[in-house]
Amino acid sequence: MNMPATPAQPAVMIDTERKTFKVARRSFVDPQILRDEYRTIFDRCWLYLGHESELQKAGDFVSRIVAKRSILFTRDAQNKINAFFNVCPHRGAQVCRERKGNAKSFQCFYHGWVFGADGKLKSQPGQECYPEDFNSEGGANLVPVPRLDSYRGFWFICFDSKVESLPDYLAGAKEWIDIVADQSEAGMTLVGGTQEYQIRANWKLLTENSVDGYHAINTHATYIDYLKNSQGSMSPVPFDGTGYDLGNGHAVIEYRAPWGRPVAQWIPLWGEEGKVELERVHQRLIERFGKERADRIALYNRNMFIFPNLVINDIMAITIRTYHPTAPDAMQVSGWALAPQEESAWARKYRLSNFLEFLGPGGFATPDDVEALEQCQRGYENMLEAPWNDISKGLNKERVNYDDELQMRAFWTQWQQRVQASAGI
Amino acid sequence: MTTLANVTRDQVEDFMYLEAELLDEWRLKEWLQLFTDDASYHVPATDIAPDASPDNDLFYVADDRFRLEQRVERLLKRTAHAEYPKSKTRHLVSNVRIRERREDELLVGAAVVTYRTKSGLTETYIGSYRNRLVLTPDGLRIREKRCVLDMDGLKPNGRISIIL
Repeated sequence: MNMPATPAQPAVMIDTERKTFKVARRSFVDPQILRDEYRTIFDRCWLYLGHESELQKAGDFVSRIVAKRSILFTRDAQNKINAFFNVCPHRGAQVCRERKGNAKSFQCFYHGWVFGADGKLKSQPGQECYPEDFNSEGGANLVPVPRLDSYRGFWFICFDSKVESLPDYLAGAKEWIDIVADQSEAGMTLVGGTQEYQIRANWKLLTENSVDGYHAINTHATYIDYLKNSQGSMSPVPFDGTGYDLGNGHAVIEYRAPWGRPVAQWIPLWGEEGKVELERVHQRLIERFGKERADRIALYNRNMFIFPNLVINDIMAITIRTYHPTAPDAMQVSGWALAPQEESAWARKYRLSNFLEFLGPGGFATPDDVEALEQCQRGYENMLEAPWNDISKGLNKERVNYDDELQMRAFWTQWQQRVQASAGI
Repeated sequence: MTTLANVTRDQVEDFMYLEAELLDEWRLKEWLQLFTDDASYHVPATDIAPDASPDNDLFYVADDRFRLEQRVERLLKRTAHAEYPKSKTRHLVSNVRIRERREDELLVGAAVVTYRTKSGLTETYIGSYRNRLVLTPDGLRIREKRCVLDMDGLKPNGRISIIL
């Protein structure tokens, strides 16, 4: 069935009898849909801002684009974490033009207004020309984002002050964030260095791709070849696992895989030194959480998606990835490596080596994902005559596999509720 | 006799131009022969120090000799989807300088602009090389190739699927 789509049809079509789940390709192409997505999703949902480890000391700051806004993320002198719109209350210039650093205050270079890391106006040239109570109501301070909250070191913002609480929003995803956060006793930290890139494809394609267990064998054939060629870089563990709908559009796949994990699946390549180290790490997890949970943390992989644009993949290394659409066919992607603060230099080195083998725009796998996404976007130019994507795999089963398409259906069901209910498409 | 002490910039330039030509003609196995057995190939992320170590910071690319060989093998397969059909590339190497003569290696700097064209789109990678070269009986060889990008991330480039 690939009948023509009509504007009257919903973007998501589910046929429960025939067990099919289809998504209209115009959802990836139509500029009006992107505007609706900003209004109903990016302006309304909790969005990932940054990781606590990016602001270690008082005065540390990061400036970052989130959903087209320039956001200033700071730790102030009282050690409180803040998020402000990076715009001078005076005449609107961006107050901070650096990407990150440490500062006692921020001075807008245009007219010289100075703000503390707590956002409060500290001084302005020509103060005598303003009334004494000029800022008594705080109108000359940096404007804080309406909502800011964190869960286990992951900081989120929301532009809708009436949004549900972050714990409620994260729903079932919290338990899975715990599994990542529990890998360290001292706290997880971002490793230095950001992978930033642009993909010429709709942002929802990366959502689907990030939790897609089905494409690995084909798209990543050369990565699997590489693992086979590297002496000792595979353990005798077959790919196997399950997908879960975590509520509110979040989803995860959890599975075993043959690659090494710094916490903590040993591979022969890592030698005796690595074996001792990984056994120590695993043993400590058992002490802290008992064997069952320790094994789950150490031996299972997770690709997790948090609606609408955060991916936490705990695989051969841990990556945090967030992305923002700038056009129907363009998104800006940022990727980071997350690691236990206390891990040894040995583990850090192998973690980063593992990361680069697979992940990121110079790895042995991600470039092929980028190619696949861009090819899909090109394919959608045929959408008038060939209008539907199919994500039905596993819809006929009770218990889905990690390589079924439940995760994407969880996303699209939430997407449809938010965009279509409001837009009346 | 050529020794490390008297290698000239001309010789270094010839060597770098040869390397660029082999890459642009996709003669990657021959290109690999320009590297020593302990060679590495590095492209750091654009928000860390140019001399950062891949043991501590996240890079785009950090290959040892083995992974470099695997990269070449991968790129020559039709299952390297990002480079199938193969893109057309042109590496323009300029501003070549011998920055330092060490006891056993030369520190060479150069500016590089690489164009990659595929499916009607041309992307540009702008950066500098900070390479360490050694002299062997077969001539100059690369011990470390480091391409430091003068860019704010890979925008609009979505990938480094070619060798820079």
